[in-house]
Amino acid sequence: MNAHAKPAPLGGPLLNAVTFTAGVLIAVMAVIVLVRFFYGLGAVTHLNDGYPWGIWIAVDVVIGSAFACGGFSVAMLVYIFNRSEYHPLVRPALLASLFGYTLAGVAVIVDLGRWWNVWNMFNPWTVNPSSVMFEVAVCISAYIIVMWIEFAPTFFEKFGMTEAKRRLSKIMFLIVALGTLLPMMHQSSLGTLLVVAGEQIHPLWQTPLLPALYLTTAITMGYAVVLFESCLASAAYRRAIETPLLTPLAKVMLGMLIAYLVVRVGDLLWRGAWPRAFAPSLEAIFFWLEMAAFVAPFFLIGSETQRRNPARLFLAGVALMLAGSLLRLNGFLIGYQTVIGAETAGVNYHYFPSLTELLVTVGMFAVEVLGYVIITRRFPVLPREAAHA
Amino acid sequence: MTTRREFLKSALAVSATAGSLDVAARETHRAPPTGVGLLYDATLCVGCKACVAACKAANGNPPEFSTADPLWDTPLDTSGYTFNLIKVYRHGTMETKDAEQNGYAFMKTSCMHCADPSCVSACPVSAMTKDPVTGIVAYNPDQCIGCRYCVFACPFGIPKYQYDSPTGRIGKCELCRHRHKDGYYSACAEVCPTGATLFGKTTDLLAEAKRRLALKPGTVTTFPRGRLGEAAIPGVQWRPEPDQRYEGVVGNYVQHVYGEHEYGGTQVLKLSGVPFEKVGMPKLPPYSSAATSETIQHTLYGGLIMPIAVLGLLTWRAKRAVKPEEGDDA
Ligand code: SF4
Ligand code: SF4
Ligand code: SF4
Repeated sequence: MNAHAKPAPLGGPLLNAVTFTAGVLIAVMAVIVLVRFFYGLGAVTHLNDGYPWGIWIAVDVVIGSAFACGGFSVAMLVYIFNRSEYHPLVRPALLASLFGYTLAGVAVIVDLGRWWNVWNMFNPWTVNPSSVMFEVAVCISAYIIVMWIEFAPTFFEKFGMTEAKRRLSKIMFLIVALGTLLPMMHQSSLGTLLVVAGEQIHPLWQTPLLPALYLTTAITMGYAVVLFESCLASAAYRRAIETPLLTPLAKVMLGMLIAYLVVRVGDLLWRGAWPRAFAPSLEAIFFWLEMAAFVAPFFLIGSETQRRNPARLFLAGVALMLAGSLLRLNGFLIGYQTVIGAETAGVNYHYFPSLTELLVTVGMFAVEVLGYVIITRRFPVLPREAAHA
Repeated sequence: MTTRREFLKSALAVSATAGSLDVAARETHRAPPTGVGLLYDATLCVGCKACVAACKAANGNPPEFSTADPLWDTPLDTSGYTFNLIKVYRHGTMETKDAEQNGYAFMKTSCMHCADPSCVSACPVSAMTKDPVTGIVAYNPDQCIGCRYCVFACPFGIPKYQYDSPTGRIGKCELCRHRHKDGYYSACAEVCPTGATLFGKTTDLLAEAKRRLALKPGTVTTFPRGRLGEAAIPGVQWRPEPDQRYEGVVGNYVQHVYGEHEYGGTQVLKLSGVPFEKVGMPKLPPYSSAATSETIQHTLYGGLIMPIAVLGLLTWRAKRAVKPEEGDDA
């Protein structure tokens, strides 16, 4: 059954143009983060009284963790739906998820205004189990630990720890089950985060169905990331592309996408929010951008022949990553408006990230790239190939 | 080979079990009958901002400047250092007070002490709490992690974070609860020269508000100042006050007590001559978004029943698919 090639390290140099650039970006980020801790959030961000959450939350955590759903989405397909043919995709996807989530966790700490109290989040006497934020934080923390355990065999292999590997393999099914449950819980709750904000979220993005919408898009984004990453890794490492796997995977993705779009549009009609999409507003423009990105994959890879074309698969992956990101950006930033009594106050809040804020987000991404390169070159992650450059 | 149909069947069984548990919707909370708050009557407010200054002093907050010369405290909105503000509505020629057309009006901005506060539901570490007796929504900086979810959630834009400090706190009105032990009530109500801001038990304040709405505009009536009624709080003895009542003219009210029903009610109530939406008080449903949010959470996670059931299902599936001898690939 399992005649797949065993994963193997790629080898090759660790220092090249990509890793060097990543290193520089990481150093820049480190300086900005230091300034933030000494002088406060206001010193490096454009956060203000009208926008308490900026890109560090909306992009680094909410979007970043959805990008990191590849591991969970593929593992679910392989182990829960027993589609073992996708097995070679598991390890690389898991690696990207591991980095995505670990960094989302780090990004949260940088963003917390009173980070030294963060242990209260795990103190049974202080936690508020009704808080959506509590649920998200606990599930993400637990999932990061679970993923490191899931990924541990890679390190055990590298260091020849066969006994540890054998023992872990006995309970691996439990870890895999947890590793599927936890992201389902917090990816849906990331959507629920918006519910309590009530009228402050534009009706195009405020619905009790948010948990369902965020969960389905997180899974489709997971598959999209796998398409994106497989094509990119093949190109960058000059390896044969895994089209025989990616083609059916893309079909699974489209199936979920249809389900999502039916629920999404049905909900808008049901709540009567649909006309708001035609009002001349920034929100409406962003809504249509989001919708266009969600529909684009059907034009790119709608037919079986198109799904065999790596370039189209890549583009469809990118479109869907963009779509899910826009859904999240729209809910958390574009469609968010604090109540300020606009006519009385004469104040209006605006938010656009500062350069330093952007550089931190870029730096987090650089950590991901650097980590991915180092680990794939030195640890057995990608399937072994007969001959590669 | 197991089939997907088999999986779907068991998935359905799980949801059926979870569904039959009959998870009750979380109702919108009501304010405690002993709850205290403020009544702000915009038609009585003269815009002197004595309450803004008193609030700063009572909370030890620094002045904030929005003018070229930093001479006076001139915040444009509430902030991490400004918990109370009188804002102005202006229209056209601004001739008539409390008129929507060609008029002007004042509106107080401070925490509404909601019956079912979004900030409390949002806070992951119980740094925002609602007192079961007084109903005061209090903040505990020693517990707060600074996630600013309360800022994001509050329907009135009240909690604000101090972005200029590496150890910034959330700033918001706590109804001057720190003054109670010395027999003082809300500083803003205490200093108000016209009784536009009154402190008292919310039920007393609501009765007073309704009395005013029932009066004929332009007639004369008696207005209290400072504290209304006993406003009894266990263990608190208010300092004696002289009789501060005075005769005044009844305003031309919008027939609505803001805060009676909004989000299940608020302990701070408001009267106005200009429609509330025009003076920055949002139109809110009678149920709270905290109730909606917690209903979703409790339905999905109540007693961890659903997660455990799903975990059981996933474990069963994974046990078949993850073979120990090749568990290395997981
Ligand atoms: S007004 Fe805002 S800060 Fe005050 S109790 Fe209500 S939700 Fe909380
Ligand atoms: S900022 Fe503090 S008070 Fe507000 S929700 Fe977060 S932990 Fe709670
Ligand atoms: S009750 Fe105290 S803290 Fe609240 S607005 Fe009045 S003076 Fe300020």
